[in-house]
Amino acid sequence: MRGWQLASFALFFGLWELAGRWPLSAAFPPASQTGVALWQMIQDGSLPRAYLITLQPLLIGVALCAVAGITFGVGMGLSRAVEWLSLPVFIILQAAPMAAIIPLLTYMYGIGLTSKVLAVIMLSAPVIVMNSYKGIRNTNPSLLQMCRSFQGSRTQEIVKIVLPHAAALIFTGLRLGLAMGFIGIVIAELLITPTGIGDLITYNSSVADYPKMFAAIGSIVAVAAVSLHLLQRLELRLFPRD
Amino acid sequence: MTEVEVSGIRKIYDNGLEALRDVNLAFPKGQLSTLLGPSGCGKTTLLKIIAGLIPRSAGEVLVKGKPVDGPGPERAFVFQDFALLPWADVLRNVAFGLELRGVPRPEREQVARRFIAEVGLKGFESRHPNQLSGGMRQRVGLARALTVDADIILMDEPFSSVDEQTRRKFQEDLLVLLRQHQKTVIFVTHSIEEAAYLSDQIALLSPRPGTVSKIVRPEVDRSKSPDEIRRDRNYLDTVDEIWGILRQYV
Repeated sequence: MRGWQLASFALFFGLWELAGRWPLSAAFPPASQTGVALWQMIQDGSLPRAYLITLQPLLIGVALCAVAGITFGVGMGLSRAVEWLSLPVFIILQAAPMAAIIPLLTYMYGIGLTSKVLAVIMLSAPVIVMNSYKGIRNTNPSLLQMCRSFQGSRTQEIVKIVLPHAAALIFTGLRLGLAMGFIGIVIAELLITPTGIGDLITYNSSVADYPKMFAAIGSIVAVAAVSLHLLQRLELRLFPRD
Repeated sequence: MTEVEVSGIRKIYDNGLEALRDVNLAFPKGQLSTLLGPSGCGKTTLLKIIAGLIPRSAGEVLVKGKPVDGPGPERAFVFQDFALLPWADVLRNVAFGLELRGVPRPEREQVARRFIAEVGLKGFESRHPNQLSGGMRQRVGLARALTVDADIILMDEPFSSVDEQTRRKFQEDLLVLLRQHQKTVIFVTHSIEEAAYLSDQIALLSPRPGTVSKIVRPEVDRSKSPDEIRRDRNYLDTVDEIWGILRQYV
């Protein structure tokens, strides 16, 4: 398995190298040049600096979503009134094309950190809320009957059955929320004001330093993929599948 | 002596479907009574009404002579799909009924260990349900029902998700356990052989709406070995008699 994964990476970078050297386009550098550019950007500190800026609104946004989103989702799952009030909002948010709404954020909150945090929240909140909500709602009815048959109280039912049952789905929601957060922060940094990774991408593209531009894009893809993969591993450890 | 009695039970679901009509039954103390009938005859509905898990539309449930309206400590339920907590080990699952009642941990675990051994799962205390076979999972469900020391055990098709060989052994063990603890048992099944093998009293239900069509009391000598019972004249006659009645419904 491990061998095949390595082979798959080798094939991918090999084809990239070939396509870059062909050359397919003047704006398409081979893998080796991109790798060198990546190394330079790490060495001169521009890439780490960019990540410090980019990760800030991402982590603030996802953390806020984790606290408020799980609270909201659990509330919606447990109470019909909260569900009636807020379910439509999140369904609409989930369906709305976010790139169209982000300029509106700039209009209202300017170009600072607030707008970027909000962009992250708007993308990641719906999936976190909906997963918590579904986790609560999908509690095995037979377990609830079992709790009642032993005269468990409503509080015991929630603490000992509903919440542990929903925990796995809530965690999945957090992981998907972080994935959406990555999308949100990159869109925000490209659409609102170029900062962090968004700045490295736009600047290097404008001065036609394509290896650096590709290195910046590749790095954010790699950071997102690796962190989501690690979260998934953690998830499987914490909540083994039946 | 009658331990549980239902009279005039009627159940109409929200969609207008009438599941049970005027059901009157008495369940004698210390005996195993079976509710038997084809699917859709409302036998599980009746059992859950007795358990207080679903509301009835009319009628009365008397437990030890007193009318009841919800679950109570004198009744324990064994579920068709086991209803075990997948994130908890066998020990916690078996002790869960006591946990809900606020019994301190050392005490409830001591009781749980005793019943885990009684149902034949000694050594499996720290396993999780997904590491157990269907038969073993139902043994956990049975142990959980026994720990709360209820006089009445309600069992909803407990062996339907258990394979045939395991089921026979489990049925034999169940008879021994229940007699030893002198429980009053109400048992739902759709298997005629199972009903005839286990029961002191069998209530046959007809479908849509469910009503009691006949009560059969198999005169099987329980002191015989399981294999002898399965060859017993009365046992075989009971199976034939029940089939004669039920065949008109299927």
